[in-house]
Amino acid sequence: MATIEVRGLTKQFGDGPPAVDHIDLASEDGEFLVLLGPSGCGKTTLLRMIGGLETPTEGDVLIGGRVVTHLPPRARKIAMVFQSYALYPHMSVYDNIAFPLKAQRLPKEEQRKKVAWAASILGIEQFLNRKPRQLSGGQRQRVALARALVREPNVFLLDEPLSNLDAQRRASARDELQQFQRSIGTTTIYVTHDQVEAMGMGDRIAVIDRGRIRQIGTPKEIYDDPADTFVATFLGTPPMNLVERDGLIFGFRPEHFTPANGSHSDDVVRFQFVVHREEYLGSERLLYGEIGSAKAVARFPATTDVELRIGQPVEYVVARRHLKFFNPRTGERTRD
Amino acid sequence: MSTATGRSETPAIAWSEDADVPEGRYLLDRAGLLGPLMLLPAIIYIIGLVGIPLVLAVLYSFSNATVGDQSINWVGLENFRTVVQNATFRMALKNTILFAFVSQIIVIILANILALVLSAEFRGKRLVRFLVMLPWTTPIALAVLGWFWMLDNVASPIDALMRMLHIIGPDTIFDPKARAPILDIPFGDRNVRWLSKPDLARLAVLTVHVWRTLPLATVILLAGMTAIPQDVKDAAEIDGASYWRQLIYVRLPLLAPIMAVAVLYGIVFTFTDFTVVYVLTRGGPVDSTQVLATWAYFKGIQGSSLAQGAAIALFLLPILVAAAIVMLRLARRSETA
Repeated sequence: MATIEVRGLTKQFGDGPPAVDHIDLASEDGEFLVLLGPSGCGKTTLLRMIGGLETPTEGDVLIGGRVVTHLPPRARKIAMVFQSYALYPHMSVYDNIAFPLKAQRLPKEEQRKKVAWAASILGIEQFLNRKPRQLSGGQRQRVALARALVREPNVFLLDEPLSNLDAQRRASARDELQQFQRSIGTTTIYVTHDQVEAMGMGDRIAVIDRGRIRQIGTPKEIYDDPADTFVATFLGTPPMNLVERDGLIFGFRPEHFTPANGSHSDDVVRFQFVVHREEYLGSERLLYGEIGSAKAVARFPATTDVELRIGQPVEYVVARRHLKFFNPRTGERTRD
Repeated sequence: MSTATGRSETPAIAWSEDADVPEGRYLLDRAGLLGPLMLLPAIIYIIGLVGIPLVLAVLYSFSNATVGDQSINWVGLENFRTVVQNATFRMALKNTILFAFVSQIIVIILANILALVLSAEFRGKRLVRFLVMLPWTTPIALAVLGWFWMLDNVASPIDALMRMLHIIGPDTIFDPKARAPILDIPFGDRNVRWLSKPDLARLAVLTVHVWRTLPLATVILLAGMTAIPQDVKDAAEIDGASYWRQLIYVRLPLLAPIMAVAVLYGIVFTFTDFTVVYVLTRGGPVDSTQVLATWAYFKGIQGSSLAQGAAIALFLLPILVAAAIVMLRLARRSETA
């Protein structure tokens, strides 16, 4: 097992802004660390630099405390699972899984044992003689994981491994993948643009935008205490409401935004909310509207009754402890 | 086409109103009619320029037709018997197979190396790519004329270069009386006379074939290499495979179907080639570089025995049919994959 650390890591492709811009990041041993960000934010480039597939313009990569910046991937004892799974299409499942062992020139008998072990962990023993094209997406993904697992790497690097699965299969794969990681306890870096995956699986999440880490913390910290307006609006569906008032940006989650119902509590901040449209989603209802000129959303469990007056201002409140304040110029959090 | 555009401009709402569409207005939209119509020119072309000549060749080969008298009188296998007994025919058959297969073995090795080099990034890559493609774009006859001059008995620039480097000529490292070990050539001669000695002439034909078919094979392989997903190459890198292991176990196997296409094209081109031998050596010296295509021409047209010429040419058929079947298989496999 090992920790991963990057120091001042930068990657510049041609002219223009760097894809990865002086990132410092350190994982804990055995941690499931998620890199979350919109497409093009540099998260995959960061992962590829950790893996050694991309040479950094500046900065260092450390695995297990050792600088590996200038080592080729095969010297880093890492395993990687790709979005496309990247199985070798001309080889059987067995040969795919055994490929890293063959590269290590392990004796044939050892190879057979290890492949059997990896295949049993992922439940793919019955497919060993098939070719990748004869497998479903979920099965291919498990073969890719087995190929990564079989060398007992120090580190797992996963690049959006679930994005090629259909929505139903993805939920169960999330669960399987997390259990798998917990049981083998290998430090894992997981790249995704899907906040549900990040929130559901990560021990910690690093939110990345334009080549920089905007915030790093547990899913709860990231959701409840966003460091800036980018993180606040990137996480949560619908995202945090942002309303400018008294020279500050007030931020609050749609689920904390409720009708005043004549309450006179001093612990709340009041807003005049004009509802334009309602969305009924089965388990919950979303009310879309405006506070002044700013768009806002309120969210209710479907079990609560809310009086709906489309187009008329209604007094809504947010408890003070649920309000976050941001600097309108920099977007960063100010005092609470 | 005009009906299709005409219809799309009509607003969709008008559809229900014009119930009295003239019959036949959408005739061309019917796949059952349009399909055959579009295929027709190709079918006419194939029947006229491939089908009829092929049938005629088969008929002639079983007759005693000559250039002067093309009437078909059945003589059975007579022509084939005569043709096979001829030593020049056997030489031509051997040469045809030798030129096609040996040249393509060399081509596939060189094309792999070239494609690997050209898929890397380096300065002047576009210029090198252009130069590599050049032999393919030159008209065959013109290119072979160029080679004819390069290998000329007197004016050969290759000989001039060799003389400059003191490889041939008097007072060189070779004694004037010495003979090269394998090819049995007197090196002390003033010139090599490439096209005047059977083995050297065959080597010359082979070289021109390699030179000529290499660009296409290289481009085919280059396209095949870029079609290998980056992820798969990255995975091999991560899995700890060295450059050579990646090449031998991942890249080349993935390239194999494309290589087969390149080799098949090359074999068909060289196997049926007439121009290179005709322009370079006329089959000489003393018929030592004859191939089936040239021998069929010399026998059938110049020798005016149309029937024997046809019989000779028909020996090309089995290999070409085999090549066509393999190509169609490969095409179908890539469609279903």
